[in-house]
Amino acid sequence: MKIKIEKLNAWFGKNQALKNVSLAIPVNTVLAVIGPSGCGKSTLVRCLNRMHETIGSAKWEGKIVLDEESIADFDPVTLRRRVGMIFQRPNPFPTMSILENVTAGLRLNGMRNKKELESIAEISLKKAALWEEVKEKLHQPGVSLSGGQQQRLCIARALAVDPEVLLMDEPCSSLDPISTTHIEELIHELREHYTIVIVTHNMQQAARVSDDTAFLYMGDLVEHGATKKLFTNPKEKRTEEYITGRFG
Amino acid sequence: MNYFLRKNVNRLMLFATFICAILAMIPLVLIFSDLLIRGGGALNFDFFTQLPKPVGETGGGMANAIAGTLMLILTASAMGVPVGVMGGIYLAEFGKGRFSSWVRFSADVLSGTPSIVIGIFAYTLFVLPMKGFSGVSGSFALAIIMIPIILRTTEEMMRLVPVSLREGALALGIHRWKMLTFVVLKTAASGIITAIMLAVARIAGETAPLLFTTLGNQYWNFSPLEPTAALPLQIYTFSISPYEDWQRQALAGAFVLIVIIFLLNALSRLIFHENKN
Ligand SMILES: Nc1ncnc2c1ncn2[C@@H]1O[C@H](COP(=O)(O)OP(=O)(O)OP(=O)(O)O)[C@@H](O)[C@H]1O
Ligand SMILES: [Mg+2]
Repeated sequence: MKIKIEKLNAWFGKNQALKNVSLAIPVNTVLAVIGPSGCGKSTLVRCLNRMHETIGSAKWEGKIVLDEESIADFDPVTLRRRVGMIFQRPNPFPTMSILENVTAGLRLNGMRNKKELESIAEISLKKAALWEEVKEKLHQPGVSLSGGQQQRLCIARALAVDPEVLLMDEPCSSLDPISTTHIEELIHELREHYTIVIVTHNMQQAARVSDDTAFLYMGDLVEHGATKKLFTNPKEKRTEEYITGRFG
Repeated sequence: MNYFLRKNVNRLMLFATFICAILAMIPLVLIFSDLLIRGGGALNFDFFTQLPKPVGETGGGMANAIAGTLMLILTASAMGVPVGVMGGIYLAEFGKGRFSSWVRFSADVLSGTPSIVIGIFAYTLFVLPMKGFSGVSGSFALAIIMIPIILRTTEEMMRLVPVSLREGALALGIHRWKMLTFVVLKTAASGIITAIMLAVARIAGETAPLLFTTLGNQYWNFSPLEPTAALPLQIYTFSISPYEDWQRQALAGAFVLIVIIFLLNALSRLIFHENKN
C-alpha cells in the first residue's frame, strides 16, 4: 500500500468536512474520488499533502501513512515534494517563463546547475506530453499558453520535483474536451510510475481513468472499491443514486 | 420622462463631466506653460552645472540643489523603502491581530499628517541633539512621509496575488519564505515599484520638512551631516527674494522639479503596464 488513511477527521472551524474516513491506495494505481459538491473531496486530497492545515481554521485528526511512515511526522515541505498536487485551475507562476515554471520547485530549493535543470525540464515536459508544443518557446511566459497547455505545464512542474504520488483536484474542470482527453491519456501513462488520486465530477472520466473509486457523501466515505464493481454493481443505495444521476 | 427629454439630459450630463475632466487638467497645463514662459530663459547649460551666483551677478545655476535633491531622495529611499516594503509584507502575510490594525491605523494617520509637522518632529529628534542642520535629518523626515505610502500599497499588492499561486508554490514543497519572496513578492513587484516611484515623486517636491532640517546651502556639499541644498528649498529662497534674476531662476528650478516628478510618474506607469502584460 502506498497510502493508508485511518479514521481521518477534518474540520474547518467547527464544520466537520470529513468523518472517520478510512481507505488504502495501492502503489501505482489511480483512485478516483467522486461525490456531490461540498462532500469533502478536496479536503480529503488536501489532507494527503498537508495543504489542508495551511488554512487558518483548519485541522485534522487520524492517521495517514505514506510508505509505512505517518505523514504527521514529516516536515510538510518534504512531504509535499513526495506528494505533488495539480489544482482545478491551472496556476502557472505569471512572472516566470515556461522553462522557469517547470523548474521552479527545483530552483527554489537550491538547484543551480543549468544543464541539469534544462534536462529535467525536458524530461518533465515530455512526460506531461507538452514538449513538442513548447520546445521552440521555452522562454516565453508560462501564462501565454492555452488553458489545457497551462494545466499540462502545471503537471510538468509537479513531476519535475520527482514525486511518488500525484493529487489531482478536478484537473480537467476548466478545460475543453480535447484538452481533457489529453490529460486523461496522460494519466494512463503516468499510472505506471506514480500513485494518483484524482477528484472528478465526471462519472465517465472516473470510470475511464481509475482502478478504484471512493464515493464521499457529506463527509462520509459511503463506498470504496474497484471502479468496475462500484459502477456496475454498487453496494450502497446512495452510490447507485449518485452514479445514475438521481441526485448530486 | 419622454425619450426626447431623456436624451437631452443625457447629453447635458455628458457635457458636464467632460468639462470637469478638462477643468482637472487646466491647472497643470497653466503651471507648466507659465513656468516655461517666465523661467525658460534661465534654463541653460549653466543652470545644470553651475552654483548659484551671489546677488548682483547674473547667470549661475542650481547644480548643487539638483545634486542635493537627488542625494536626499536616495538616502530617504534607503531608509523608507525597506521599512515600508517589509512592514507591508508583514501586514499582508501575518497581519491578522490587533497589533496589525494599529499599524494600519497609524500608517493612515501618518499619511494624512501635514509634512511640516513631520519636519518639526525630525528637527527635535535630530537637529537639536546634533546641534546643527543636516542632510540626514531631512532624509529622515522624507522617509517618514514615504513609509505609509509604500507600506499600505505593498500590503494591498501582496494581497492581490491569488491564493492559487501561493498554494501552487507550497504544494511544490517550497518553503513559505521562499514562496513569499520568489512568487508572491515577485508577482506584486510591479505594483510595489510603482508605489515607490510615486512616493519618491511625492517627496521630491516637499519643502516644509526640509526648512527645519536640511536648511539649504549655496555651495556644494556631499556630507550628510552638513546643511544641504535642495531644489524645493532653493526655489523657495529665490522666489521670495526681490531680485528678478533669482526669481527667474526659481521658476526654472520649479520647471525642472515638475519635469522630474512628471518623469517619475511616467516611469512608474510604464513599469506597471510592462509587467501587467
Ligand atoms: N477554506 C474553507 N474554509 C471553510 N470551510 C471550507 C473551506 N473549504 C471547504 N470548506 C467546507 O468544507 C466542506 C468540504 O469542502 P470541499 O472543498 O472538500 O468539498 P468538495 O467535495 O471538494 O466540493 P466541490 O466539488 O465543490 O469542489 C464544505 O462544507 C465546505 O463548505
Ligand atoms: Mg473541491
